[in-house]
Amino acid sequence: MTDVTAEHAPERTAARSAFDAAAMAARVAKRRAAEWRFQAYGIAAISFGLFCVLMLFGVIISKGLPAFWQSAIQLDVALDPAVVDAAGARSHDDLMAADYESLIRAALYKKLGIAPEDAAKTALADDLVSSGADVDVRQLVLDNHAVIGTTQRIWLLTHDTVDAVLKGAIDRKVPESNRQIKDQQLAWVDQLVADGAIKSGFNWGLFTRGASSKPETAGLGVAAIGSFFMMLTVLLVAVPLGVAAAIYLEEFAPKNRWTDLIEVNISNLAAVPSIVFGLLGLAILINFVGLPRSASLVGGLVLALMTLPTVIIAARAAITAVPPSIRQAALGIGASKMQSIFHHVLPLAMPGILTGTIIGLAKALGETAPLLMIGMVAFVVDYPKTPMDPATALPVQIYMCRRRRSEALLSARPAPPWCCCCSCWR
Amino acid sequence: MVDPLTIPHHNGANGAVNGSQSKIAARVAAVDCNVYYGDKHALKNVSVSVPDRAVMAFIGPSGCGKSTFLRCFNRMNDTIVGCRVTGKITLDGEDVYDPKLDVVQLRQRVGMVFQKANPFPKSIYDNVSYGPRIHGLAADKAELDQIVETSLKKAGLWDEVKDRLKEAGTGLSGGQQQRLCIARAIAVGPEVILMDEPCSALDPIATARIEELIDELRLNYSIIIVTHSMQQAARVSQRTSFFHLGNMVEEGETQQIFMAPTDKRTQDYITGRIG
Repeated sequence: MTDVTAEHAPERTAARSAFDAAAMAARVAKRRAAEWRFQAYGIAAISFGLFCVLMLFGVIISKGLPAFWQSAIQLDVALDPAVVDAAGARSHDDLMAADYESLIRAALYKKLGIAPEDAAKTALADDLVSSGADVDVRQLVLDNHAVIGTTQRIWLLTHDTVDAVLKGAIDRKVPESNRQIKDQQLAWVDQLVADGAIKSGFNWGLFTRGASSKPETAGLGVAAIGSFFMMLTVLLVAVPLGVAAAIYLEEFAPKNRWTDLIEVNISNLAAVPSIVFGLLGLAILINFVGLPRSASLVGGLVLALMTLPTVIIAARAAITAVPPSIRQAALGIGASKMQSIFHHVLPLAMPGILTGTIIGLAKALGETAPLLMIGMVAFVVDYPKTPMDPATALPVQIYMCRRRRSEALLSARPAPPWCCCCSCWR
Repeated sequence: MVDPLTIPHHNGANGAVNGSQSKIAARVAAVDCNVYYGDKHALKNVSVSVPDRAVMAFIGPSGCGKSTFLRCFNRMNDTIVGCRVTGKITLDGEDVYDPKLDVVQLRQRVGMVFQKANPFPKSIYDNVSYGPRIHGLAADKAELDQIVETSLKKAGLWDEVKDRLKEAGTGLSGGQQQRLCIARAIAVGPEVILMDEPCSALDPIATARIEELIDELRLNYSIIIVTHSMQQAARVSQRTSFFHLGNMVEEGETQQIFMAPTDKRTQDYITGRIG
């Protein structure tokens, strides 16, 4: 460096740095503004998403919350042995066939102070208690024969009209001729509520009962069990097959045209509409193989076929992500290929495989279209004991419930209150 | 142990290029070995014999085929798609590529330590005990504990980890991880240990410890080490082979290769003109 340049250097560098500082400050400001804007977009997007989610949950929960409560009426039912077990042999068939409804009615008339001969009033009173309440009384007798001949204080389900009144779903100001519940019934209901004989309790039946034509005795129990059996089938069929296929494709298969074709096909299958799998299930599993319609096994197999590509793709990605150094280390100390895969690669790939499995299962749990095709829209009352018994599924139950609610609106019958939690919009 | 360097040796028939043949027993040997990656001819007609209970170093510039040749001895090239090996490679006289020979058994007898330490993501104990367990070398847990302790002691790691055998192997420092990998390799009781640039990712102090370890190990095992560092080759090995562009240019006793190389390419590499 010469003296000349050394003299000018400080001035030049000073001038350059002054110019640079202004330009650089402008650039920095611009960059910061851009970063702030990007952050703002992100926050706005997340806020909007959260707002929509909160709205959705808020509406569903507020409309559906009343479904978790159900009103019951307390009656002193005299279990007259002449009615319950006329033969005196305590045989199961006799006890099942007894006329418990008449006993309930007798207790009700006594409570309300109606004479059994007053036909007009008894007709109105009968509508206060659920017609399915006799099942509960019957169960009480079957569980404990000793109660026959005694008077038991039992809580029985009220009719769904009464339930609707207590939840405020029926407008009292509407003239009587247009209303579901008559003035006399309203007066009785108010009286019983004041006496504490009608109470609202937690509706456990929502989770334990099956389908029913009476709204107050309907529940999600059967649908829940059906969905559970189907998920079990999907888990047992799709996951081992999918993981094994992924291991083969990643570790053992030669890389040639055929394996490329297989990979493309698997990716395509992941995008096939679910109703097509329903058609497949209908054509092959039900028509060709002859499995029973509406069984959760069939539903599970169809959903397993649907979940298989998702599991394979996720498992392949997880296995590829395992670093080759681990495989080399395992082979280097004399592990066979199978040992290196099952002792080292799979455990490391497990988190990714499980993520794929959970995503696949969650998607399958909510699928309705294929289940409609294979006939799981049946009206199932009893619990399925095995996967071969007829059952229904939770999303299908929502669909059926919505359908019946629409029908109920058309026929001016009150819809089951708990259906509100499935469909909130008219 | 007798120092292999003091054993009298005589020149081979092909003269100086092939170096002098040692009189002690060869553990592994290669005759006319060629390796192809697809169409690329990576290793051309390499013949070498590795003596027992000694360290042999493979030196040469990057891409000359040293690691490829090293991987031939325990058939790790089988895992590379499109790799083809011809020629005869023997371990104690048995052909390594004989279809009747079980490759899993071979890899138990010929262990390998890689360039980057790759302990399993398990505990230190499980890292070392995995090999003996799958080969059935221990009858019960007490024997397995014994094998683990012996291997870690031989690898010079026992004092540092004896209180934390259940901790993850990946939680150790780089040098410790490499020593763990060496312990894992010797736990299965090999006859030959192949080391592919074991110290290239380590600092000088860790490197020095590993070189000490190699010095102790050579009393019981036959070791082949691939290294980029000529100083390391000079320090640890008794015999050295120089590779260049897929050919084995010169092979002989370490002192002779470094003090008085016969081939010009070797001379150029050692003085730093190539590579």
